[in-house]
Amino acid sequence: MALDKITRVAGRAVNVPGNDIDTDRIIPARFMKCVTFDGLGEFLFYDVRRNADGSEKPHPLNEARFKGASILLSGMNFGCGSSREHAPQALQKHGIRAVIAEGFAEIFLGNSTTLGMPCVTASREDIARIAAAVDADPNAEVVIDLVGKKVTFAGQSAAIAIRESARDALVNGRWDPIGELIDGAPAATKVASGLQYMSA
Amino acid sequence: MPKTLFEKVWDAHSVRTLANGQTQLLVGTHLIHEVTSPQAFGMMRDLGLKVAMPHRTFATVDHIVPTDQVSEPYADPLADAMIKELRRSCKEFGITFFDRSTGKQGIVHIVGPEQGITQPGTTIACGDSHTSTHGAFGAIAFGIGTTQIRDVLATQTMALGRLKVRRIEVNGKLKPGVYAKDVILHIIASLGVNGGTGYAYEYAGEVFDRFSMEERMTVCNMSIEGGARAGYVNPDETTFSYLKGRPYSPKGAAWDAAVERWRAVASDPGCTYDDVVRIDGADIAPTVTWGINPGQGVPITGTIPDPTKAATADERSSIEEALAYMKLKPGAPIKGTRIDVAFLGSCTNGRLSDFQEVARFIKGKRVAPGVKAIAVPGSQGVGLICAELGIDKVFRDAGFEWRAAGCSMCLAMNPDKLIGDQLCASSSNRNFKGRQGSPTGRTILMSPIMVAAAAITGSVADAREVFGVSAN
Repeated sequence: MALDKITRVAGRAVNVPGNDIDTDRIIPARFMKCVTFDGLGEFLFYDVRRNADGSEKPHPLNEARFKGASILLSGMNFGCGSSREHAPQALQKHGIRAVIAEGFAEIFLGNSTTLGMPCVTASREDIARIAAAVDADPNAEVVIDLVGKKVTFAGQSAAIAIRESARDALVNGRWDPIGELIDGAPAATKVASGLQYMSA
Repeated sequence: MPKTLFEKVWDAHSVRTLANGQTQLLVGTHLIHEVTSPQAFGMMRDLGLKVAMPHRTFATVDHIVPTDQVSEPYADPLADAMIKELRRSCKEFGITFFDRSTGKQGIVHIVGPEQGITQPGTTIACGDSHTSTHGAFGAIAFGIGTTQIRDVLATQTMALGRLKVRRIEVNGKLKPGVYAKDVILHIIASLGVNGGTGYAYEYAGEVFDRFSMEERMTVCNMSIEGGARAGYVNPDETTFSYLKGRPYSPKGAAWDAAVERWRAVASDPGCTYDDVVRIDGADIAPTVTWGINPGQGVPITGTIPDPTKAATADERSSIEEALAYMKLKPGAPIKGTRIDVAFLGSCTNGRLSDFQEVARFIKGKRVAPGVKAIAVPGSQGVGLICAELGIDKVFRDAGFEWRAAGCSMCLAMNPDKLIGDQLCASSSNRNFKGRQGSPTGRTILMSPIMVAAAAITGSVADAREVFGVSAN
């Protein structure tokens, strides 16, 4: 299956500030009672967006002006905690196509990349500049350029960083590795045959 | 050239380098459970793929199983459907399933070691971040996402970048009343919740040399809470004697050959680490959390941090956010904080030794009025031995509810949940907002003995005082 070459992501952005935003917060465990990922988007950040009675709490994702934003901004260690792919799936199904944060937890970063959702880092100052720009004009277009490794917004620009293996996979359209892994299956069988514990 | 265990295991399982520079890594052992695997099986069916090595995947149910109901259909129809879905998938793809009917069911990270499936020098993957637990045996064990579960099912491999290795040495002796849980809470509080990003942690030193396998598992379990995707302890005689005679352990001549291989897989003297951290075991106190991530911990004798005294603006705002959620007062002692619920269990502290140790101290004591205390063995096997030893009775007599095996109130996907803003003294691994099932529920992480002390006094307490320890 041919995958899109993701060289840039352009769209409006929304800032969800904070450090150590964990995957339980992104998608609370009770919404994982499902056998498909469909429909997870509506439960994104559920407990910080809604009261027990379902009414909305103040949250950037609830603000009308940020509806339709496709780039999420956040702080350090975004996506820490549980390995649940439900977290990046919920973001993606909600319409998020890339995350810019000060840093990412390892498993979340891997899961997101495999879904074709770039996770790029930028300095705190630069994220604050982007956040200020979209706060002033929520319709401002933010463009993440994975080739030039920069983000442009409201006439400004800032450097971004991304793990090279992830960047390579995204821009060359090989972010879902299944095809390559299947190609390597005979070699894997050979390695396994040399390992005593893996014999049938 | 001398190598670390991580390097040896990684190299032995490297299939090839992928186009993006990652490694196609052979996954020797794949563990699955009912919550993160159904979508992966769905993808397999959609793509028309077969499971490459069905004999190397093992399944059980843990996340969503009720612990107060053991016969199906379960009261929660969604839970019932997910469990039936796993049963169907295992049958369809020829995967061994430790279902409740086998008597071998339990939390996946307790079942693997118990069955002898978890072995030194192997690679292990599971769709659960606490897969790092298995590193206690000198395995390299990773938590993975659902798409990667598909990859492992279809090819027995996954794409992964190599990790750096940080050796964390804990030397000297732990003080009485200080347990493995305190060691890892102390490590996370010292190095931070993202301090381990990009690393595998190698735990070593005199304290780890003396630790039992179950204590090593408790520490490795929470590696991910410090940001490290994997954590391990080099295998030694303690490891081998734990594994000897287990159902999936090698037998006879194969056992001797295996032990020889396992010995050789340990990090070589003189190998190079990307980083080394040394901790004096005597500096570690019984540790409890006060905040909303596992790094926000203090000694039981300490006070709740004051945001106005924070060193940085960042720290200040994170303390403020945590205290607002936890409804705790800055500067107050953490000891004496009233609790509503006590939870003893989870993949961190739901093993035989956890219940045995607590039983020694709660015999003849009673859970404080108004406190709901539940004890949940991590596996049917643990539950069975506890019953044989009369440990379940000690807990029941003390006023604990004694439950069937599962993850239970660690992540509260089953009916075991906090209500409203209840505060729970918990032997589990995460104190995130809403983690224990109520969006406003509060969690204080601590060792099992500290959970017992909290249950009995009705507030966060120093177990050394409550039980007149000299424990361990």
